[in-house]
Amino acid sequence: MPDLTDTKTEIPAQRAAEVPEAKPEKARSLGLDAWHDLRRRPIFVISALLIVLLIVIAIAPGLFTSVDPRAGDLRTHFLTKPNYGHLFQPDWFGYDGQGRSIYARVIYGARASVVVGICVTAGVTVLGGITGMIAGYFGGWVDTIVSRVTDIFFGIPLLLGALVVLNAFTSRTIWSVVFALVALGWTQMTRVMRGSVITVKQADYVTAAKALGAGTTRIMVKHILPNAIAPVIVVATIALGGYIATEATLSFLGIGLQDPTISWGIDINSAQKVIRTAPFALFFPAGMLSITVLAFIMLGDAVRDALDPKLR
Amino acid sequence: MGRFVARRLLQMIPVFLGTVTLIFFMVHILPGDPVAAMWGDKAVDPAQLAAFKHARGLDQPLIQQYLDYLGKLFRGDFGMAMDGRPVIDKISGAFPVTLRLALLAFAIEIVLGVTIGLFAGLRRGKAFDKGTLVLTLLLISIPVPVLGFIFQNIFSTQLGWVTPTVQDSMNLGQLLLPAIVLGSLSLAYVARLTRTSIAENIKADYMRTAVAKGLPKRKVIGTHLLRNSMIPVVTFLGTDLGALMGGAIVTEGIFNVKGVGFELYHAINLKEGATVSGFVVVLVLVYLAASLIVDLLYAVLDPRIRYA
Repeated sequence: MPDLTDTKTEIPAQRAAEVPEAKPEKARSLGLDAWHDLRRRPIFVISALLIVLLIVIAIAPGLFTSVDPRAGDLRTHFLTKPNYGHLFQPDWFGYDGQGRSIYARVIYGARASVVVGICVTAGVTVLGGITGMIAGYFGGWVDTIVSRVTDIFFGIPLLLGALVVLNAFTSRTIWSVVFALVALGWTQMTRVMRGSVITVKQADYVTAAKALGAGTTRIMVKHILPNAIAPVIVVATIALGGYIATEATLSFLGIGLQDPTISWGIDINSAQKVIRTAPFALFFPAGMLSITVLAFIMLGDAVRDALDPKLR
Repeated sequence: MGRFVARRLLQMIPVFLGTVTLIFFMVHILPGDPVAAMWGDKAVDPAQLAAFKHARGLDQPLIQQYLDYLGKLFRGDFGMAMDGRPVIDKISGAFPVTLRLALLAFAIEIVLGVTIGLFAGLRRGKAFDKGTLVLTLLLISIPVPVLGFIFQNIFSTQLGWVTPTVQDSMNLGQLLLPAIVLGSLSLAYVARLTRTSIAENIKADYMRTAVAKGLPKRKVIGTHLLRNSMIPVVTFLGTDLGALMGGAIVTEGIFNVKGVGFELYHAINLKEGATVSGFVVVLVLVYLAASLIVDLLYAVLDPRIRYA
């Protein structure tokens, strides 16, 4: 992976090469610039392709397997070993302790992870973005209150708080997990957004917009938001992988998703009882989970390099 | 300095109160009656239930219960668990175990993480650096339960070096494997942070000056480079000790360590309000103390930072 390391030396050269051709036309925005930068990185291309594949699997698992992931046959399939030659067949990854196809369960398990990851990230970004913007822009007592609230949430470890919140639900779905993680995770984005807004607020163009008589909403949405959002996007992309891992951990502990929902975390939990005799039952859901988290973290890394090369 | 510490301590009071309040109401608003659950499958005797609740003050309005709890807390009384044991007993039984586990993990992540990060940062772009980046990325993406099972399988089932689960929760040697699993994620972050920081500072003017002065390499790296590069790492480490103690639930479960995570997990499942609040209160205190120490360490690492 050469691109993980060489970005620092590469970027100034690229920028320098791009400036002359960009000048006569419209100047590139930060987003467009980042996009041009991203397309050339193999890390970004690989992780983006992986994520697109995962999203397709999450939307239409039926395209990849024709077996019912909940149908098990204990008489014929109890912990049958994987048949690695049978690509995309039900017995490709073997069968679990209830005679269900592990391949089908791995495919159907993608939905829970992808939905939780994307929805939690969207939720914390919106909530944290708004509160951070308000705290950073208005300052004073509003800022004091918001900052103290984020301090309070920071003292509670995410996993622990999620355990307490999820215990309140008698039957838990994907949405209860999303709710718990958003309720406990939004303050992280508030901090990032607040810091970013405070820096941007002092820029000359904000003073100019004020002098021209722009309203508060206009200044916040048109001038501050586009310039302050980059760090939030970076943190959000990297956090996405973390939320997926947290969901799996919660499901593994038996306090996240519940049985009719298929989740890699639940499968890892049930596989631990047969780990000596059937390590493959643990290996495949765990492997898919790791690949998914890896894909999102690599994407986050690439986005960070593109949006702010100094941060590395 | 003294005034800074005093001001920080004062600022901690609202944060501490807020966290205690938040966790108290989160636990007590949960549906389900933990007292009725004590009867199990048998029919609940209403008179006994009422008597029990009255004895514990559980028939009071929630606000009254909250005020009582706070009042007792400031006198050092953590209340009583459902089984009649004082919560402080459970805390004093579990915290030494988790503190050992977390400190061991903490030591591993500092020593290994900083060393690996230092060498990777010094050899930026070389094979060791690339290897570190790939390995840490892998470590970050493997969720803790999976890593726990992998390590358990390799080191106890295959190699037979250690017992699969911990027999004596106070034995440091037995806690080593769980501590490695617990600290691995943070180790990866520490290594990456150190690497970035070292690679950035190595180009600083003071580094050129130090080399030009003819200082030995050991001194240039140890005193000048490492000390200046530690600030982001220390910031991360400050929030991490609390996170390690609170996040030990999975590791303690896999390796059967009878610590905070173990007790908390059971308390949350049984909806034992007083126990959950008590444990979280102590965790928050650890977190607040660690963040104060980090603020003070900034001044030690960088004398330009002064607290008036």
